[in-house]
Amino acid sequence: MKSFFLALLKSRAGLFGFVLVAVFVLAALLAPYLGLPVPTRSNLVARMAAPTWTGLFSPGAHPLGTDELGRDILSRIVYGSRVTLTIATAAVVLGGIVGTLLGIVAGYYRGMVDRLLMRIVDIQLALPLMLLALLVIAALGPSTTNLVVVLALTSWLRYARIIRGQVLALREREFVLSAHAIGAGTWRIMIKHLLPNVLTPALVIATLELARIIIMDAALSFLGLGVQPPNPSWGRMLADGRVYISTAWWIVTFPGVAILLTVLSVNLLGDWLRDYFDPKLRTMR
Amino acid sequence: MNRYLAVKLGEALLAIWGVVTIVFFVSRVLGDPAVLLLPVGADQQEIDALRISLGLDRPILEQYAVSMFAMLRGDFGISFQHTRPAMDVVLERMPATVELAGTALLFGTLIGGAAGAVAALKRGTISEFIVMIAALLGQATPVFWLGIMLILVFSVDLGWLPTGGSGTIAHLVLPGLTLAVFVSASIARLLRSSLLDIMREDYVRTARAKGLMPRTVFFWHIARNALIPVVTMIGIIAGELLGGSVVIETVFAWPGVGRIIMQAIQAQDFPVIQAGVALVAAIFILINLLVDLLYGVLDPRISRQ
Repeated sequence: MKSFFLALLKSRAGLFGFVLVAVFVLAALLAPYLGLPVPTRSNLVARMAAPTWTGLFSPGAHPLGTDELGRDILSRIVYGSRVTLTIATAAVVLGGIVGTLLGIVAGYYRGMVDRLLMRIVDIQLALPLMLLALLVIAALGPSTTNLVVVLALTSWLRYARIIRGQVLALREREFVLSAHAIGAGTWRIMIKHLLPNVLTPALVIATLELARIIIMDAALSFLGLGVQPPNPSWGRMLADGRVYISTAWWIVTFPGVAILLTVLSVNLLGDWLRDYFDPKLRTMR
Repeated sequence: MNRYLAVKLGEALLAIWGVVTIVFFVSRVLGDPAVLLLPVGADQQEIDALRISLGLDRPILEQYAVSMFAMLRGDFGISFQHTRPAMDVVLERMPATVELAGTALLFGTLIGGAAGAVAALKRGTISEFIVMIAALLGQATPVFWLGIMLILVFSVDLGWLPTGGSGTIAHLVLPGLTLAVFVSASIARLLRSSLLDIMREDYVRTARAKGLMPRTVFFWHIARNALIPVVTMIGIIAGELLGGSVVIETVFAWPGVGRIIMQAIQAQDFPVIQAGVALVAAIFILINLLVDLLYGVLDPRISRQ
């Protein structure tokens, strides 16, 4: 653990990503205590106020301006990050668990199970992810749970494919063969012997997937299929602000910057984790 | 080789069948198009009559079998919204999508390829640093937001280019550029790391040691092998772009395949959804097949297996 943090400190990009991610997560967790205006309270007197940097700490300050209803954009971005990060994390965890377990099962049993699973992966790969997500959300209706399920659905196969490949190699190793020889059951081998050995690649994929899922979540809410108003969401803020692009550039600019910075920092952290744990994964995305 | 091709073709057909099946059943959950098609206030009798004429009153498995056989003949049914063959509605949008995808792929690959090669060959220099920062930013930027920012600068502020629509080269510049940024960022990063991996191989050292010209080593020993993951990536991106980038087509009001499928989903126009997704999946699978064949050219070991 100590050497892990020492290596992180030495890598400028990794450290930068780690610190930014930590800041975003803290801001999301502590949002109610940051003294921000209520994100859903409109104030028609202060409609489309430009960003002002004077008197930053006075109660009426809007460092990133206000939107078409006079709602504070900074506050909406911070509260929006709670929604986005919760959905993205839940989707990553769900997709990661399902994908990892299926990958282990396919790699360990091989044969019919493996072929069937890989065919399903092929079929899903032939469907563009965005279309799949649109179709399923349209069928199920846009709710937080459905959003998590859909995003996990676009994600599980990336774990399944890579982990299956690793398990195919692992199952021939001596420690698995000897566990088998002393009579360990299939489940015991999969959970006690195979799972711990694929957790690292799963973690690396999870970090990189988190970045992709954040963008996809924003795209879905941009198309009106994400979290429903009045809850702030970054994609929805972009879609609503587009209308006012010629009069109030800040409404549509800052939510995008928030997405960019979040994805950038998660990507930097993910790249570093991959290089630290397993450089071989580099060309396997 | 023929056997290899036959297996791949069989897998491709199986995948298309799977996609069409999934879409058939998912789209049936969407809702009842008969209710949507009739004006508000139509009575139950009218709804039932329309359902019967659309075949929606039959058992779902019968509907499935009927539409599968029809699809084999290339008949995807009549669009509920446009009252024309569904496949025609989708195919009409194909040229616009191909134009946009082609532009983005061409420029994205050229720029990304050059940047990635520079970054790998000029390791540790300021050029590598700049390329990598630009690529990282390019990958982290949501494309739809980048599109909006470009509209803000080039259409709203400078007034040089139209904000949306299609028809002229000027209309193509902004959406093409937006997608090309994303494509080139992915390709630059992948090509760089792939080149760096290959340069470390023993056979590259051998090639250098036996006195081959650096250019020969680069093109015959390094580039050829480093291109394999890049070709896969280009294939995947091409498939996704040809499926119509729904968000970019929405931002720029581009009349492409992605948008017509999106509109069909909103209007619950089953035949168009079915035709659109089948077409998109078929294109994607075809491109993957081409990529598989290209592997054989780049690495003859693969096709000999």
